[in-house]
Amino acid sequence: MQLYGSEIASRLMLGTAQYPSPSVLTEAFRRSGAGIATVSVRREAGNERAGAAFWDLVRDLDVALLPNTAGCHSVREAVTTAQMARELFDTPWIKLEVIGHADTLQPDPFGLVEAARILTDEGFKVFPYTTEDVVLAGRLLGAGCEVLMPWGAPIGTGLGLTNIYGLRTLRAQFPEVPMVVDAGLGLPSQAAMAMEMGFDAVLLNTAVAKAGDPAAMAEGFAGAVEAGRLAFEADPMEPRDMAAPSTPLIGKAFLE
Amino acid sequence: MKIMINGSPTDVRADTLSAVLEELGFGDAKVATAVNEDFVPAAQRGQVTLAPGDRVEIVTPRQGG
Repeated sequence: MQLYGSEIASRLMLGTAQYPSPSVLTEAFRRSGAGIATVSVRREAGNERAGAAFWDLVRDLDVALLPNTAGCHSVREAVTTAQMARELFDTPWIKLEVIGHADTLQPDPFGLVEAARILTDEGFKVFPYTTEDVVLAGRLLGAGCEVLMPWGAPIGTGLGLTNIYGLRTLRAQFPEVPMVVDAGLGLPSQAAMAMEMGFDAVLLNTAVAKAGDPAAMAEGFAGAVEAGRLAFEADPMEPRDMAAPSTPLIGKAFLE
Repeated sequence: MKIMINGSPTDVRADTLSAVLEELGFGDAKVATAVNEDFVPAAQRGQVTLAPGDRVEIVTPRQGG
């Protein structure tokens, strides 16, 4: 899978938040096989040095880092956060979040496009956290985004793919654009479904970090992502309403 | 003078951003900075002079989803 010209071996991307401990995080990443980890920037007091400890931890994961602008509600806030993240993590990649609604954490589509354009002009490689809206997707591509990250469901809900029709339409409208289903997944079966639909990758955090056994769940998701991708590439059969016998009728013994 | 550091009113003696970072114990720390909501690259911290009431953000790498 190519994202902004970089070859990424795994189609599973994993967040680094909410794990019960650093060692559980490390083990979850190991068993997930994830090639990309999302990270953030946050305030720090002078003697705290929590940032340094976390930086050592993620560097040891040996994965590509995708910093986010989580929690930003305005274009300016998101742009400044992205600029700080680029310097801290030494990467032009940014998972752009411009949140427009507190209860659903739904992206603000207008601010998202504006921020995407500003950041692209500044040389960022923008991964916009977006909805399944095809018009918005077109605007983001027009603003310079080469990857889209539509939500499956609101962040942290674990509801899975709540608008299958919308996601299917989005996938079909832009078949050449790498798309990562980001947010809202709770179970491996939901990740498999996204992959079967032709999405290029999935990104999740809470589903793994908040599982009773995060490392086991990470491995479960890895298997599901792989299975779903194989199924997509294998060109699945068309469903039909009426039964069709799979065992040949020719040669059946005549026993009346 | 009194400035805002990460949202908290703080008295500092230094007046450039780089000197304030030093004074607050961030001398060799891996941080990124913004002043009054604008990003200040590390290389420019020495040229940014702070005024009373300025809002300084000091951030580091953290967990994210």
